[in-house]
Amino acid sequence: MSDVTANQSNLRVLGGGIAPRPAPATTVGVVGWLRENLFSSLLNTILTILSLILLYFTVPPIIEWAFLDAFWTSFDYDGNGEIGRNDCRVEVLDADGKAINAVRGACWMFVAERWEQLLFGDFFKDGSLLRPTLAFIGLFIAVAPMLFDQVPGRNVLLLFAVVYPLLAIWLLSGTGIGIYYELVYLGLIVSILPFLFPHMPMREPLTKFARIYPLLAVVLIAASFFVSADGLTLVPGILTSVDTHLWGGLLLTMVIGVVGIVLSLPIGVVLALGRRSHMPAVKLLCVIFIEFIRGVPLITLLFMASNMLPLFFPEGYDFDKLVRALIVVVMFSAAYMAEVIRGGLQAIPKGQYEAADALGLSYWKSMYLIILPQALKIVIPGIVNSFIGLFKDTTLVLIIGLFDILNTAKLALTDAKWIGSVKEAYAFVALVYFIFCFAMSRYSIWLEGKLETGHKR
Amino acid sequence: MAREPKTSTTRKTTAAKKPAAKKAAAANGDDVAKQPALTISDEVAIEVAGMNKWYGEFHVLRDINLTVQRGERIVICGPSGSGKSTLIRCMNRLEEHQAGKIVIDGIELTNDIKKIDEVRREVGMVFQHFNLFPHLTIMENCTLAPIWVRKMPKSEAEEIAMSFLERVKIPEQAHKYPGQLSGGQQQRVAIARSLCMNPRIMLFDEPTSALDPEMIKEVLEVMVDLAGTGMTMLCVTHEMGFARQVANRVIFMDEGQIIEENEPEEFFLNPQSDRTKLFLSQILH
Repeated sequence: MSDVTANQSNLRVLGGGIAPRPAPATTVGVVGWLRENLFSSLLNTILTILSLILLYFTVPPIIEWAFLDAFWTSFDYDGNGEIGRNDCRVEVLDADGKAINAVRGACWMFVAERWEQLLFGDFFKDGSLLRPTLAFIGLFIAVAPMLFDQVPGRNVLLLFAVVYPLLAIWLLSGTGIGIYYELVYLGLIVSILPFLFPHMPMREPLTKFARIYPLLAVVLIAASFFVSADGLTLVPGILTSVDTHLWGGLLLTMVIGVVGIVLSLPIGVVLALGRRSHMPAVKLLCVIFIEFIRGVPLITLLFMASNMLPLFFPEGYDFDKLVRALIVVVMFSAAYMAEVIRGGLQAIPKGQYEAADALGLSYWKSMYLIILPQALKIVIPGIVNSFIGLFKDTTLVLIIGLFDILNTAKLALTDAKWIGSVKEAYAFVALVYFIFCFAMSRYSIWLEGKLETGHKR
Repeated sequence: MAREPKTSTTRKTTAAKKPAAKKAAAANGDDVAKQPALTISDEVAIEVAGMNKWYGEFHVLRDINLTVQRGERIVICGPSGSGKSTLIRCMNRLEEHQAGKIVIDGIELTNDIKKIDEVRREVGMVFQHFNLFPHLTIMENCTLAPIWVRKMPKSEAEEIAMSFLERVKIPEQAHKYPGQLSGGQQQRVAIARSLCMNPRIMLFDEPTSALDPEMIKEVLEVMVDLAGTGMTMLCVTHEMGFARQVANRVIFMDEGQIIEENEPEEFFLNPQSDRTKLFLSQILH
């Protein structure tokens, strides 16, 4: 009994009335942040000081080289009648205190003088620079509505995105619109439409067309190997034809990178679904493809495509080197993509498949509407990881004699006028790669946040 | 834009639904329980004959025979592992049976995918773990199947979805995502989602087992309300109060067999087999 009363006497009613007080000065503001993040323990304090010393010895020299001492604009400073690395020389003191002429800062003149080559390779030798420039601009216009759903006039831009691949091929290669790949492409678009729009007019006949489309595509592609498209061209070429061996620089990097990214995702999805299929033949085929491609280095595949593939084609048939590289890059990244996506598919609970089935959705509809949107969302980091890897791997096409931006820069360095500009060339190429890769990385983070619906319960 | 209303999938229009809905509005759950016989017709909704199923070597369902009339409400109970969930999952082919036949609404379930899809369009299912689509809003969850399977125009599908969300008393949640709702609300959405397909038969697979106690009631209320509309219902549940209130028949299963089936009063007051008696003594306190 006495215990109970003792407990009761501990019961106090707190009437409130305590006004909020500011937190101690050492835990908030700049001081609080510094204590928390940089000097929270002895070890962290030592690491902070070491880091500061390291930064002191690296950052100022880099800034000095890249900005303060750098030459930015092309000018014939030494007056020898041509612009070259010698124009970047200034008087400096050597170790013995003697005045000599040397290049002290970055010689960005190299980039300013050679930007055409770095961006477009030898393209300008046959075609005008306007064409690849337009293709670049078109790319950004076509990609914008796919990446962001708030873009004004999105529907019109999406239509543009659909025709853009044909437009780009026409602008870059300068050949006319033929009947093979163009029809294959148009057929693909037409057969995807009924899938995307449940209420579109003529949906039934289009669905029927979609069923026979794969056969049609195979026939057209096979025919293109044996019957030349000359004379079967629907729209004749009005531009000068530019052979793909002249394409180079950033243009080539972008062509391979963008084609690889755009095609490897859907092919990867199909391979991933195939690998999880209940049909043994389909499953086996996908497993063999994925494991073969993943088991062989990209360089080997490129080499095989350039040297072995021609043996399988009719005598004298010239299969474009760039197309061969594209096929290899797409297959290679699709195999990796398939495994990334399979990880996502496996993370989807069985209940989602069952709920979709129970509502009467067909296999493809349940994949398109229910499973893939969730699976792809889970693996966005993995997908973008693959994309970034692919974008940087494009440089390996050097092995079959194609010159992407890195190899074009190396080529430009062999010019006697610019010998010694290695740092500038690689810094520029690194910056270009970084811009694209970092943009992809930031986009993926943004997209993840946007697709978050708070269902992680 | 041209619609195609002539497709076979749309043969049961919403008009067929409306008289039933009115009836529900007129009668609350308790009245319905008193007059269950009114809504049962002679028409057979489900016929299961000599059905057997194995998981590998394990014989899960043994010689199941069951006939369900249209409008009947059946509760299936039994200990865990007795095959009751498997039985109703066979009825929309989420599970395949290996022998015997299952005829749903006049359509026999075989390997024919067209037949399976046809049955699934007519049979709604509510799962233990709701299985809402987390990447879609409540409204999109409800309109997805009508739009893509029934080819219903979006505005019409949304109208119907809204009416069912009102019926399960959560119209204000329509534009939220499933992750933002409580378990009870999610299960009510799952019921509404099934009803949006205008099914003729509803299957419930332990719809309240994954819910906190205070949420069970709100889901059962919705189910009682649904029973009042004359919907053919098969319900795997351990909610004996619900079974008493709405079932026409209670089926007891054990070891993959139907041990006993009877009217609820008889089933609870006068169980026949020892197995049933033991089971009831364990779940009724």
